[in-house]
Amino acid sequence: MSKLIMNRRGLLRTMGAGAAATLASPMFFTRGAWANNYCNDPTASGKIVFGFNVPQTGTYAEEGLEQLKGYQLAVKHINGEGDGGLLKTFKPLALEGNGVLGRKVEFVTGDTQTNTDAARDGARRMIERDGAIMVTGCVTTGEAVAQQALCHELGVIYMSGLTHGNDTTGKDKRRYGFRHFFNAHQSGVAIAPILGQEYGNDRRAYHLTADYNWGWTQEESIKAATEALGWETVATVRTPLGLGDYSQYLTPVLNSGADVLILNHYGHDMVNSLPQAVQFGLRERQANGKQFEIIVPMFSELMAVGAGDAVKGIIGTQNWNWQLEDEGSKAFTQSYGAEYGEPPSQSAHTGYVQAILYADAVQRAGSFYPPEVIKALEEFEFDGMGNGPTLYRGDDHQCIKEVLVVRGNENPTSRFDVLNVVGKTPRDEVTYDPAIFGGELGPYEPNQC
Amino acid sequence: MFHLSRKDQVKLAIFALVVVTMPIWLAPLGAAYPGLMQKFAIYAIFAIGFNILFGLTGYLSFGHAAFLGVGSYTAVWSFKLLSMDILPALLFAVLVAGLFALVIGFFSLRRTGIYFSILTLAFAQMCYSLAYSVLTPITNGETGLLLARDDPRVIDAALGAGTVGGAGLPSPALLGNSVTGYFGFYICAALLILTFYISQKIFASPFGLALRGIKSNQTRMIYTGFNIRPYMLAAFVISGMFAGLAGGLLAVTDPIAGAERMRWTESGNIVLMTILGGVGTLIGPVIGAWVIKYFENIFSAINKNMLNATFDFLPDGMQNIAVTVLSKFVGEGWHLTLGLLFVLIVVFLPGGLVEGYLKLVARLRRGRGTKPEAGGK
Repeated sequence: MSKLIMNRRGLLRTMGAGAAATLASPMFFTRGAWANNYCNDPTASGKIVFGFNVPQTGTYAEEGLEQLKGYQLAVKHINGEGDGGLLKTFKPLALEGNGVLGRKVEFVTGDTQTNTDAARDGARRMIERDGAIMVTGCVTTGEAVAQQALCHELGVIYMSGLTHGNDTTGKDKRRYGFRHFFNAHQSGVAIAPILGQEYGNDRRAYHLTADYNWGWTQEESIKAATEALGWETVATVRTPLGLGDYSQYLTPVLNSGADVLILNHYGHDMVNSLPQAVQFGLRERQANGKQFEIIVPMFSELMAVGAGDAVKGIIGTQNWNWQLEDEGSKAFTQSYGAEYGEPPSQSAHTGYVQAILYADAVQRAGSFYPPEVIKALEEFEFDGMGNGPTLYRGDDHQCIKEVLVVRGNENPTSRFDVLNVVGKTPRDEVTYDPAIFGGELGPYEPNQC
Repeated sequence: MFHLSRKDQVKLAIFALVVVTMPIWLAPLGAAYPGLMQKFAIYAIFAIGFNILFGLTGYLSFGHAAFLGVGSYTAVWSFKLLSMDILPALLFAVLVAGLFALVIGFFSLRRTGIYFSILTLAFAQMCYSLAYSVLTPITNGETGLLLARDDPRVIDAALGAGTVGGAGLPSPALLGNSVTGYFGFYICAALLILTFYISQKIFASPFGLALRGIKSNQTRMIYTGFNIRPYMLAAFVISGMFAGLAGGLLAVTDPIAGAERMRWTESGNIVLMTILGGVGTLIGPVIGAWVIKYFENIFSAINKNMLNATFDFLPDGMQNIAVTVLSKFVGEGWHLTLGLLFVLIVVFLPGGLVEGYLKLVARLRRGRGTKPEAGGK
């Protein structure tokens, strides 16, 4: 009896395998048919689809939704709708305001949930189902690195969004990944001269660092930069991510002999730690005969709003700020304001610029073929995007441009007027040797998706 | 040994057919692309494994994502150190996850009920923190563990086997065939059918019966002379190994392992999947996993433009209203829709979607006077 049932099972299994093979075979043939081509070729499908994959839920949802607004505005401008925004100031411009290579751009969106797995799921959906020729967007370095690696494997270009960790264009860089945003290393180099000027050259610094890759890279970069100034690092303490109460980490600062507290925190961590440090009375303290100071090396408008009054007078760095006076920044702020009724954040700006840069590179290359587009982006020198003259460096796909040093506004006139630009560190000073972080870009030739 | 009751055979056959024909029936739902179908199969394996513990013994583990993560890290390390072939990767993923389950289970199972849940949650959060920051050299922290071109890959090097994937990064392969796209899906599907079969065997076995006994009245089981600890531990380890297999498959279809896979929200997710589908039923957790993954990937991707296109046929004002109302439930609002669905199911169908189906069948049959099936096995 059991023998008979075995056979029946065997039969079932064979049937299953047979069905699988039958179903699979057309897919394999289709795959083969594309072999000489590349993934999601718009000339074959007749559609140009951009994939905007940002956190819409989770820790960084707010910044993600801002970024998405930036992308949607970029698509409008590329397609010739609206007032054209930065296309009026961007030089050299190849786009003609009629889409890319004469065809209108469409887009799909996704929610990364501030989670690397969900980010990769979203990116795969865009590439495999929606036929995206380019994927862009993120608010953490984890998301950026994860999507960049996936896109490289599938042969689709990835333009990262807001990612500040050194790894994205450092040890985890990829040929198919590009970053417009600045990084922790540049923050350190940019902020140091201003710190020296404001607080002198013989300070003793205490670091509180969010305990993950981005925090460490920033701590390392800021430590190196401040020690070069002549500062002494008293201690570097790691705090767990997502902590609500920092009092146990703030108490030891009082007796450490430090006179500067550096918060290597971002997002919610900073929104919690900075006000608590201020409430602790740290800023009213005198230490070593000097006024005690707090520094937040990496700032964003949304964080500054979240931290409220505590942010007044605090120094940090930014990629871009809507209050800049150059033509590009003014054009973008006006265009974004007309569309959404509020000034843009740096998250929206970097997203917008990345989408335009990709579209423009395709236009210059005259083809969507990824290796051609990559070569058009590498070593591309441009201006008028709000950051002054900028270079898309070929060695690591990092944009090299000036970095803003900002300070929390003492007398904000509105809830958008929270940060003042106090200095710009020129591009030459924040240029570094791409070899210091290791990593390799990999080949140009695309894999098949 | 491989015997199944007639009813189970039919179920297995139907299940296999449904899984294998996914590319066809998912197409109208907009979900027929390899990336998502792989996730469907993998999370179904995870849910089936979880159900062996939660469904049969009633022990609610709140830390199952830890085994998923362990499986993934093991598989990626196997790719990095041994070979790009998926067989050793999956084997080690299952074994190492089983080992973790043995240790965690040994301690957690000393308590029952809520204390057990809290213990498993604590262990899982510990694993998460370790992976996120402490063990960064092994896990690469937040960034996630990625393959590199210059990894040793001892076995591949010794065999002189060329890796699949050309000049770039090597990609995982089964005996030389690259595991991407549809081929990857069919591997996951085959393993899903296999795990479903194993789960059927466990449900029908004396071992499964003992586990059910523990669920309904533990004290009585002890009084009848049963030593329940080994049974519980065995169920916990089996369940952990299933999770390890799912984690390994995640790494096989997409060679990266991130710490977020071990977060408590992921552990919560698997509980939701099981409850949504139907605890203690064979097919329920699978359906729950599919529904949640579908929401996560498809609903979250719907934006205003798509809604506008869908409601184009309505007059202007109506279109605006429909789009404004519905846009709150899709895109960034997909959590809201899922939450509502979950509340409705828990309130009206405590037995999950499977209970809903059985009620429907019972209502249809009532006219004919046949008794409805009791419980969905």
